[in-house]
Amino acid sequence: MTSPSHGGIWRVALAIAWRSLHTYVRRPDLFVPSLIFPLVFLAAFAGGLSALGSVPGFRFPAGYTAFQFVFVLCQSAMFAGLFTGFSLAFDFESGFARRLLLAAEDRRGIALGYALVALSRSAITFTVVTGVALAAGMRITGNGVDLVGLYALAALLALVGYGWAAGVAFRFRTIQAGPLMQTPVFLILFLAPVYVPLSLLKGWIHAVASFNPATAFLDAGRGLISGVLDHTGLAFLCALALILLFSAWTLAGLRNAERSA
Amino acid sequence: MLAEQIGSLARRSLLKTLRQPFQLFPVVFFPAILLAVNASGLRAATRLPGFPTHSYVSFAIAVAFIQGGMFSMINAGTNLAEDIESGFFSRLALTPLRRVSLVSGLLLGVAALGALQSAVYILVGLIAGAHLDAGFAGALVILALGAITALAFGALGSAAALFTGSGEAVQGLFPLFFVFIFMSSSNLPRQLLRTGWFHTVATWNPVSYLIEGFRSLFIFGWDGTALWRAFAVAAGLTLVGLLAVAGGLRRRLQRT
Repeated sequence: MTSPSHGGIWRVALAIAWRSLHTYVRRPDLFVPSLIFPLVFLAAFAGGLSALGSVPGFRFPAGYTAFQFVFVLCQSAMFAGLFTGFSLAFDFESGFARRLLLAAEDRRGIALGYALVALSRSAITFTVVTGVALAAGMRITGNGVDLVGLYALAALLALVGYGWAAGVAFRFRTIQAGPLMQTPVFLILFLAPVYVPLSLLKGWIHAVASFNPATAFLDAGRGLISGVLDHTGLAFLCALALILLFSAWTLAGLRNAERSA
Repeated sequence: MLAEQIGSLARRSLLKTLRQPFQLFPVVFFPAILLAVNASGLRAATRLPGFPTHSYVSFAIAVAFIQGGMFSMINAGTNLAEDIESGFFSRLALTPLRRVSLVSGLLLGVAALGALQSAVYILVGLIAGAHLDAGFAGALVILALGAITALAFGALGSAAALFTGSGEAVQGLFPLFFVFIFMSSSNLPRQLLRTGWFHTVATWNPVSYLIEGFRSLFIFGWDGTALWRAFAVAAGLTLVGLLAVAGGLRRRLQRT
């Protein structure tokens, strides 16, 4: 590795972020699925399950569409991070990432660059999903500060998803590791109170959801959109702790990739 | 002679899937996980007035059969695309095999696998606490409907493979068809879909009728209307799939 410098990291990161974003918006096969999936989930859950808002014991001031919107926002954030991990794995398969490893003045900039890509992709998804949800009649009863908190939390979740996926991509360096990136995130998200609040879950799923960090993310997000704060501090703490953990996982993966390059 | 050719290719198709754990794993694992998660997470829905049963597992198990059909589509399409990409299909086409046996053997194998995976889903459902109201005879009807459903989706996957010759393109169909499951009466009965546009989409979505056919045997016992609609949709999709396969085969063999 050449002498790392603060400026070097950012030069590499910004160059990678620009190149990947450019590719992303110019390729519909990458762009469309990352937008279609959250919209389908929003339609299926907010539209198809709206009757659940009348289940005895279900109380959510902003309504069922907002209740499901928060899940879709958190899910799309984490999946924006995962899809960025796919891009990184694909770049290894095509040989581009190996050339990057040779050319980068500070290789940590590669990991940082893709993290910027995850954030930019998630920002595009957030905009589209929010626009569609508002057009579908979603009510927001939280204030402006609450909303800033909601989107900040979602941005942190994009970094959590990216951190996990990038660590896998750096180690396996093939797109075939895709299921390994996706499956744990998918399971953690769906083992949380997706359809109804935690208090209405019964049996084993209640026990699992009670210890699942995704429950804190959903509770906090739903609290922020409705203006009735719930586990906000815990959710931010969990997200920051996971980002720290997965940063170490990603950097260790980067070192693994360096050794095999 | 024709039966022998079809039988050989059907056996190859069945064994090819059964010998690949990567193809078998999602067929059992994903529907089972989704059933576990949805049955627990959506149990509260049974408290809605008008919900037809107190057991959400009995209600939700029907979706597993459709997911199984969709995996049949992906597996059949991917296997055929692999044969095309590796040149095996072209070599087969040069042998004295009759054209009709080229794909019908594969599809027969898919239908047999569809019946087999339906038996697995019945077992998973019963272990998870579902109640099969139609009894043993109902289970046999489920196996038949599962086989036709797998055949229909398998034919659509095979047609995609014949037209594109690419396994990647076939894999790309999965999310598209998954949308059909989400936009159906998979999670709630149609009379409880309160959002107007969603109710309309679910009513026009053929997958709703397939799900309701499987579901009726678990919840209501013998519901003639739900059953004939499910069989009609499965047969209709099979016909569309086979016509597409015929078109794809003609085009592929012209190229060969």
